[in-house]
Amino acid sequence: MHEMALAESIVQIVESTARRNDATRVRAVQLEIGRLSHVEPDALRFAFDVVTRDGIAHGARLEIRATDGAAWCMKCSDTVPLARLGDACPRCGSYQLQVSRGDEMRVLDIEIV
Amino acid sequence: MCTTCGCGQGETRIEGAHVHEHVHADGTVHSHPHDHGEPHGHGHHEHVHAREHRHSDGTVHAQPHDHVDGHGDHDRHHDDLHYGLGPAGAHAPGMSQARMVRIEQNILAKNDALAAANRKHFAELGLFAVNLVSSPGSGKTMLLVKTIAALTGRREVVVIEGDQETSYDADRIRETGARALQINTGKGCHLDADMVAKAVERLAPRAGSVLMIENVGNLVCPAGFDLGEAHKVVVLSVTEGEDKPLKYPDMFRRSSLMLVNKVDLLPYVEFDLATCIEYARRVNPGIQVIELSATKGQGMAAWLEWIERGVAAADAARQEPVDALKARIADLEAEVAALRSLLP
Repeated sequence: MHEMALAESIVQIVESTARRNDATRVRAVQLEIGRLSHVEPDALRFAFDVVTRDGIAHGARLEIRATDGAAWCMKCSDTVPLARLGDACPRCGSYQLQVSRGDEMRVLDIEIV
Repeated sequence: MCTTCGCGQGETRIEGAHVHEHVHADGTVHSHPHDHGEPHGHGHHEHVHAREHRHSDGTVHAQPHDHVDGHGDHDRHHDDLHYGLGPAGAHAPGMSQARMVRIEQNILAKNDALAAANRKHFAELGLFAVNLVSSPGSGKTMLLVKTIAALTGRREVVVIEGDQETSYDADRIRETGARALQINTGKGCHLDADMVAKAVERLAPRAGSVLMIENVGNLVCPAGFDLGEAHKVVVLSVTEGEDKPLKYPDMFRRSSLMLVNKVDLLPYVEFDLATCIEYARRVNPGIQVIELSATKGQGMAAWLEWIERGVAAADAARQEPVDALKARIADLEAEVAALRSLLP
């Protein structure tokens, strides 16, 4: 359940930003979570609800924007889509791949009042 | 129970210190260590600071920057505050309105910054740090015991042991004569860079030694938490199943080396070694592989060689700045001599 630790990091970022902007409440939090990252969105939602309890972000809507995975294929010398780690290049079948996108885990923005 | 703040089980404990998490009334969660008996002050800081300025059109910009991280890229961390983006589409003075604040910050930025500080500290010390990861029961502790025995008299090995509970593993390491420190993560499923920084401070390893960090036995969670190590080394024993690299690709993708342990048991188990290696290379084409048996000694020489190469690399990295400084001193001395010769 490292989602709990991730949720705590998210809440620290969100609450410090909210305080800095004199917010009284956080209404929404938007995250970017790559499909190749080590995050289970449902577990993260659950953890987020737990760690925001009683804080300024209590009840905030959590929006998760999932980004697709991509990798550099050495054989194709090109960027190719990658649905899962361990999959082959969809064009040439090679596993000589370097993940180039899809492992992001970022807090994009928050909506505050 | 901790007599300082009354907390019970479940918090991170570093041997000799106590790490507590406090939830403040405003929801802030602080965690910090203290020794028993010490006054219990809150020395925690907000690390993200904002520099706000208001334009004549009323737009407020706040540029947060992270003190641990260096100042980062202010353009990417731009934190615009646009009143015009609220549901009402305009800013009416005195009227409460929802506002969007752009953050665009990596969720693990804080851990990554602390890990970078660890890495810098290790480099200055010429310390070769390895983060050992695996599922429970792969033989990490036995491997460490045998590694320490093999290196005794040649190389100091200090060990950080991560487990949810007990100091059994650190006790086993200490029986070899090596210095070890146990971190109990309580409910936590992984070590983080902050825990390691505190443990290293207590262990105070000598320059040129090897730091072995035995992470919590878990093939999932420790993958994302950089500790400042030179390499992650994943241990997979032949009693587990050859498909683990595909089942837990994150860990294998982030590891430089896979140790296939307990190979002496290969005749008794259904474990396809070639397939296991093939799977590991599917998720990480560059991963190195050493097959070994920590208990029987097979393959240990290759593992010890791998460690020595790492130590040599850490030592070379430490020498680089020293050599650069020596060259600079030589240049300045030459300059002083040249100027002296001009004096009457």
